[in-house]
Amino acid sequence: MISLLLLAIVAAVPLALAALGGACTERSGMIDLALEAKLLFGAFAAAAVGHATDSAVAGIVAGMAAGVLVSAVQAGCALRLGADQVIVGVALNLVALGGTRFLLQLLYHEGTNSPPAPAYGDAIVANPLVWLALIAAIVVPFAVDRTRWGLRLRAAGDRPDALAAVGVSATRARLAAALVGGALAGAGGAQLSLEVGVFSADISGGRGYIALAMVILSGWRPGWAALACLGVALAEAAELQLQIVGSAIPSELASLAPYIITVLVLVIAGGRKPPRALGTGQ
Amino acid sequence: MTAPTTASLRRQLEVVAIALLVSLAIGSLLVLAAGRAPGEVWLAMLTRTFGDRYALGQVLYKATGLAFTGLAVAIALDAGLFNIGGEGQLAAGMLACAVVGAALPDGTPAIVAIPLCTVAAALAGAAIGALIGALRVWRGAHEVITSIMLNEIVAGVVLYLGNRYLFHDTTRGPPITDGAEIPHLGLAGSDANWSVLLAVAVAGAVWWLRARTTWGRAWRVVGDAPAAARASGVAVGRVQILVLAASGALAALPATSYVLGHEHAFETGLGAGSGFLGISVALLGRSHPLGVVAAAFLLGLLSTSGLVIGNLVPKEVTEVMQGVVVLAVAATSAWARRRDAQQGRAT
Repeated sequence: MISLLLLAIVAAVPLALAALGGACTERSGMIDLALEAKLLFGAFAAAAVGHATDSAVAGIVAGMAAGVLVSAVQAGCALRLGADQVIVGVALNLVALGGTRFLLQLLYHEGTNSPPAPAYGDAIVANPLVWLALIAAIVVPFAVDRTRWGLRLRAAGDRPDALAAVGVSATRARLAAALVGGALAGAGGAQLSLEVGVFSADISGGRGYIALAMVILSGWRPGWAALACLGVALAEAAELQLQIVGSAIPSELASLAPYIITVLVLVIAGGRKPPRALGTGQ
Repeated sequence: MTAPTTASLRRQLEVVAIALLVSLAIGSLLVLAAGRAPGEVWLAMLTRTFGDRYALGQVLYKATGLAFTGLAVAIALDAGLFNIGGEGQLAAGMLACAVVGAALPDGTPAIVAIPLCTVAAALAGAAIGALIGALRVWRGAHEVITSIMLNEIVAGVVLYLGNRYLFHDTTRGPPITDGAEIPHLGLAGSDANWSVLLAVAVAGAVWWLRARTTWGRAWRVVGDAPAAARASGVAVGRVQILVLAASGALAALPATSYVLGHEHAFETGLGAGSGFLGISVALLGRSHPLGVVAAAFLLGLLSTSGLVIGNLVPKEVTEVMQGVVVLAVAATSAWARRRDAQQGRAT
């Protein structure tokens, strides 16, 4: 039972960091379907820099930087040019899927896997990303609810006109939120590759979308979103455990658990009210 | 959504031209990063494809599937919905198509077998599309997330069904009956087949529905101004579910080319990527059926050319550009819309 919880905590880190990042971005009024791209580029950058420097911490920093970069491009297209936020997100995910594979070829002449990078494995206490996720799960909700940065972020998401009336640019508040969100999601990506010590193509496997579903389930509250991600990871770990002891559910179907849970979550959480200005570009 | 309805043809062409130039510029940077001259690679892409009947046939084969998946995304965009579940809808459609094709008795005439298999594919795709629509309309579940999740779920279920009932220690199901086979075009042994005619006919039908019928008007009003549509008595939710069902059916129709026209059986991984590429096709084609057909050919060229330029640069260059095209079209059309709005204010 304890081992199950420990497994789930490690598996929850990338989801929770992506969800915390996504909650920041979405709460400020920008739809964050590019979480998948931030996870993928973050995972690639962490593995590449981790391999080159033999330092996992350098890999984490690179992963966060990659997430920030994706957020900057996303904000440039969606906020500055006013492009459709849903399409920008999906486009960035497509770019990330092909782009990381291109970089694998370009740098390593490999089709699917990067060369080995430092690996944290099952470590919990020794893995700074676990601590980062834990601290972020406490600090981000506090910052969103109680700081000036958070007040502006929430105002940009709910009442951009009111924000403009007091002379603060909603676009700037959204950019600030998105860049922080990108760093968090990029760190989540770093966990994906540094857990196993290698980047492989499509390593994110839809986790960005799952994380976003948990943001919606939480009613755009970052702390609850992170907790929901722990729930998904627990279900996934329990399913793996069942597979090992042998269950009646065929393995092809058992591995679908997180995706089915996500659809069910959206069915349950569909009625939740998003930030009023979400996706409007106003 | 950015689906065009009233804007002029000239502006649409301008948006597409700028987006293509931006994509080409970004692609050129990638080629430079790989240590090659962009001009050399782009020229090789064109001469090696157009100079070779087999390569041209492969482009046509790819474009046939993309025309269907592109139309699928396009009609959903028209109605203000983003169907990125083409991968799952296509996988379900190909399985249904191949199962029906294999179940039909030997000697079934083509006039019966081909329509039956086609309808089976369309129904399977439509069922998944309708499910996505129903979850969106009744429960407010965002169709982009449910689409991606259903892509994964369908892939898993299809694999399970295949392993359990169809494959016998292979990744290939039983062959379809001879009568269900759509013949090859005979382009130098390429995979191009006569289902390309169906693609053109379906594009024509979508054009007619969209431009000339009250149905088409209803689905576009739902996309442009849902509040106005509701006020004028259109059952918005029902239109959305129907459009997503139709979109799912269209996304499943590449099964006619991949299963009936080429593989003649279900195979794991067949046609993978065509559903996602439909997004690029629809946006580049500006959701117009004619534009979609042209974009299907262009992106078919891009995605098959990965192989012909593979000895010069990593073939993944073309994968990146598929996403870049989407980003470029979205950004360019937003930029053009803003510019027009500003000019409108100035005059």
